[in-house]
Amino acid sequence: MIRSALVLTEAVLGILLTLVAVVALGGKGALVTILVFGVWITGTLVNLRLARSGRAVGLAPVVLGATLLLMWEIAVRGYGVSGVILPPPSAVAARIAQSLPILWEDFVQTVIKGALSGYVIGCGAALVTAVIVDRFDFLRRGLLPVGNFVAALPVIGIAPILVMWFGFDWHSKAAVVVVMVFFPMLVNAVEGLRASEPMQRDLMHTYGAGYWTALVKLRLPAAMPFIFNGLKIASTLALIGAIVAEFFGSPIRGMGFRISTSVGLLALDLVWAEIVVAALAGSAFYGAIALIEKRTTFWHPSQRGR
Amino acid sequence: MKTILPVLTVILALLAVWYAGAFQLNKQWALDMAARQDRVMTTPELIADTWAQDKPKLPAPHQVAVELWETVAEKKITSRRSLVYHAWVTLSATLAGFGLGALLGITLAVGIVYSRVMDLSVMPWVIASQTIPILAIAPMIIVVLNAIGISGLLPKAMISMYLSFFPVVVGMVKGLRAPSAMELDQMRTWNASGVQEFLRLRLPASMPYLFASLKIAMAASLVGAIVGELPTGAVAGLGARLLAGSYYGQTIQIWSALFMAAAVAAAAVGIIGIIQRVTLARMGLDR
Repeated sequence: MIRSALVLTEAVLGILLTLVAVVALGGKGALVTILVFGVWITGTLVNLRLARSGRAVGLAPVVLGATLLLMWEIAVRGYGVSGVILPPPSAVAARIAQSLPILWEDFVQTVIKGALSGYVIGCGAALVTAVIVDRFDFLRRGLLPVGNFVAALPVIGIAPILVMWFGFDWHSKAAVVVVMVFFPMLVNAVEGLRASEPMQRDLMHTYGAGYWTALVKLRLPAAMPFIFNGLKIASTLALIGAIVAEFFGSPIRGMGFRISTSVGLLALDLVWAEIVVAALAGSAFYGAIALIEKRTTFWHPSQRGR
Repeated sequence: MKTILPVLTVILALLAVWYAGAFQLNKQWALDMAARQDRVMTTPELIADTWAQDKPKLPAPHQVAVELWETVAEKKITSRRSLVYHAWVTLSATLAGFGLGALLGITLAVGIVYSRVMDLSVMPWVIASQTIPILAIAPMIIVVLNAIGISGLLPKAMISMYLSFFPVVVGMVKGLRAPSAMELDQMRTWNASGVQEFLRLRLPASMPYLFASLKIAMAASLVGAIVGELPTGAVAGLGARLLAGSYYGQTIQIWSALFMAAAVAAAAVGIIGIIQRVTLARMGLDR
């Protein structure tokens, strides 16, 4: 019942918009609208078939993605949308193939130098701080509310200040990333270090384990799920921080720089190419951490039974 | 209260670090000025100077406080020089985006929970959508929407919406699936219809999850609105204040805008927290 409801909604929407298109754009616009919705409904039907045959887990998102891309292509070409507003996917793909050297240079500048170095420094510093904070209860009770508060703030606002302090090159971008990832990571790591149960800590005590042994053998492993949660959140923040910081001043390379100047030059296909690179880099970054998490915390309930 | 003393200590320590940092960072400029005028500064003079410069590298806390007081309390709130005016511009876009995002998020979550096809096909794209650094392409969205005649509140709200719908979807899906099989069976033995099951079991069960994600969504929405104001040529809003401040080296203005943003964020998230406590208490879920 839900199944047909989905297709029905799409069909009704399609008919309505076709009528609008007939009035507003004439026969050709209506034809394009029918085509776009035809693709959408076909995609949905394929997915429904897949879901029923039970093979949908890997394929369904691919089908949806292909459907959306096709709709985008047909709509942009059919309605004659100017490439200055929204380039079709094929133009973006051609642009990516054309300007691989530029994209690679920007990728190195922003992702490797800016985001990754800042990420490593920020998360490392947060971990060390978390261990110190955990050692002293007074500090924990004081820092945790402040850390929670700062983690919810628009930290990106300090980007202009840090660019002023550290100059235009990637050092200032790394600094922005450090500040952005520090508090989410700290909050998660402190939470995680308290995750071991009193019974387990008592057991370590009866074994005669000192503070450091207990930390390495019990509390750090127990904190791993929380630490990875922080690492995942920080991975998306790092990329955003590095790109946005480039809006406030940058040498003549870098993804943020390229995006802001290409918008000015109305070279939107290059902008979309950078977006594709950013999305791919972000997914790969996140996926890599998720993979390491799976290897490291295979014992945790959320990683089992799937 | 057990937490007040430690929190106060931490805040005082931060202030101390800040004053020390301001001294360290502004020292060079003060010394250069003194050297140019052929005059030797004593240490107390130097300290006083580093904490009272016009365009310091790092303004001292009291300078920011004075600027905040002047722009918040001493200007009319309709004036363009009033920080309250700029905060309101940002807040209105934030709230519009937050409302749209929450609505979209809840709708998607209901669809995902009730339709297997949507669960399989939409959910991966919801996650993939967040790997696109929307903040990074916010300027382009603003410029393009401006080009086709949409300007003002709406483009900023769109960016806020994009950022805020994600936590709501994730939290709501988790929440709507929170009822156990036994509870669902109980509803079935009572011959509850689908709508009744949704309204009386799934929706109430999802409330704690919803509020937790609404808080995250609100913070994300504010960030979106601020970044959305950067490329519009510094017209109005806290983001515009940040950009104008960084163009003209007005560090005090940047810091006061930052603190205003922090206050707005704290207030907005705090209000959701209060609603959460009242709602959950009335539902008997308060712990």
